[in-house]
Amino acid sequence: MAFTRQDVDYIAKLARITLSDDEQKNFTRQLDSILEYVNKLNELDTDSVEPTAHILPVQNVFREDEVKPCADSKLAVEQSPELRDGLFIVPPVIE
Amino acid sequence: MEFEPVIGLEVHVQLNTKSKLFCSCATVFGAEPNTQVCPVCLGHPGVLPVMNRKALEYAVLCGLALNCSISRFSKFDRKNYFYPDLPKNYQVSQFDKPFCYNGFVTIHVDGKDKRIGVTRAHLEEDAGKLLHSDAGAGSGVDFNRTGIPLLEIVSEPDISSPEEAYAYLTALKSIIGYLDISDCNMEEGSLRCDANVSIRPKGQKEFGVKAEIKNMNSFRGVLKAVSYEIDRQTEVLLCGGKVVQETRLWDADKNMTFSMRSKEEAHDYRYFPEPDLVPVVLTEANIEEIRKYLPELPSARMKRFVMDYGITEYDAEVLTGDKKLADYYEDCTRLFNDYKSISNWIQSELLRELNDRKLPVTASSVCPKKLTDMLRLIQNGTISGKIAKTVFAQMFETGKDADTIIKEKGLVQISDPDELKKIIADVIDSNGSIVDDYKGGKEKSFMFLVGQVMKATKGKANPQVVNQMLKDAIG
Ligand SMILES: [Zn+2]
Repeated sequence: MAFTRQDVDYIAKLARITLSDDEQKNFTRQLDSILEYVNKLNELDTDSVEPTAHILPVQNVFREDEVKPCADSKLAVEQSPELRDGLFIVPPVIE
Repeated sequence: MEFEPVIGLEVHVQLNTKSKLFCSCATVFGAEPNTQVCPVCLGHPGVLPVMNRKALEYAVLCGLALNCSISRFSKFDRKNYFYPDLPKNYQVSQFDKPFCYNGFVTIHVDGKDKRIGVTRAHLEEDAGKLLHSDAGAGSGVDFNRTGIPLLEIVSEPDISSPEEAYAYLTALKSIIGYLDISDCNMEEGSLRCDANVSIRPKGQKEFGVKAEIKNMNSFRGVLKAVSYEIDRQTEVLLCGGKVVQETRLWDADKNMTFSMRSKEEAHDYRYFPEPDLVPVVLTEANIEEIRKYLPELPSARMKRFVMDYGITEYDAEVLTGDKKLADYYEDCTRLFNDYKSISNWIQSELLRELNDRKLPVTASSVCPKKLTDMLRLIQNGTISGKIAKTVFAQMFETGKDADTIIKEKGLVQISDPDELKKIIADVIDSNGSIVDDYKGGKEKSFMFLVGQVMKATKGKANPQVVNQMLKDAIG
């Protein structure tokens, strides 16, 4: 199983990033070797192993349905590059 | 060639928890933009979401009401995509381990019961709201809605007509209303529905190519959009064309669906387990604990109404479609024993006044006690059924009880023969020829004379007494 340049292109597009020619070549080589390494797992028989849903042996963590206003709410909103009338401004979205 | 439609619906229901799914922000509708947000729902780095216990209970409760199996093991997954209303660039949803699966909803169409399968019901977080401003100025985003719990209910493609789609939505809304877990208001967006529509030659097993229809904002809209789409696809196939798999938007003004014509980009959501949230494991005991909160559901209540109150299946269906209306009816039945009459008055007068003012039954100024007190006044002859309609309208308008209105307006029915004697004699005297007609066998003339007495008493005379006295006088 070889990882191709087309695969890198596709992932870059999904991630909305532009890669230079060199980067494309580099990532293709690096990702290919990483995947080859992970592929070793396929040599094991995992039929009787449950897929891991979470790495911690913890389950059922809940909070009660109570409203607690956030003290940092305003500060969090103000991190926006552009605000107008309390709204986050983004490039126009045409539907 | 004859075609048959294959329809599946995806319904998103906003759960009415007080706080959001993974943070403690409020969920109140209509707050100032971005005032019910925090670093968690804004997707800031390093924050830790924690699940709302109530949202889990609501999801399981709804699953049980939809006859679903409940997963003993569930987890959340990230659904990755970019859109400005999604601050994290992924939505926390459920991929392969939803809370509920394999259920059904029974619908009632053309006098027949039909089961519509429910593939799954899973929890996910709502996105923000995009507000499109003037051209070129950019779009505004309000994240107050971000993170409000949504239950997505996916049906099997078991629906075979627009009417069945409508019936399914109505049944679903009614059930969810009984559970009191959502406002289910399509106009306000607390219930949203997308439809997958395809057609295939009658008898063929394989599905045709489907279109996904979005942007309907009422149950009627779904009915019309699905009908339109079936006609459109039929025409395409009959003209030798091919249906394209695409997303289409319903335009309620033009009564048409339009292709979204978005860039041909296959969605690749790259679901993977959400590492910030731990799995949910439910035991039989946990599920049974939640089952205790399952109320009597609409279909069971409908059947019970027919049995207990002797009303028709149709009447029972109208009364039990809305839990609050059914509660109102049952409150009345505890106060008055003419169940049929209560049903009639609720369905004609009460519902008309409520619908005219777009009010829920809980906001009725005429409570069950006031309504049944008035019905008792009809039963004991104090007012006639006809006058009662005027009294009821006044009661609804002013909030006063029937007794007060009857006294204020002098509407008490005249049943005293002494009081009616003179009026009847006058009517007979001044309508000599009509009295003769009646005596000559013209039955209709009698009703005219009754009418004259009613007119002279401004509708207050007791019709039974007038009938009897007139018959005695001229019969
Ligand atoms: Zn929040």
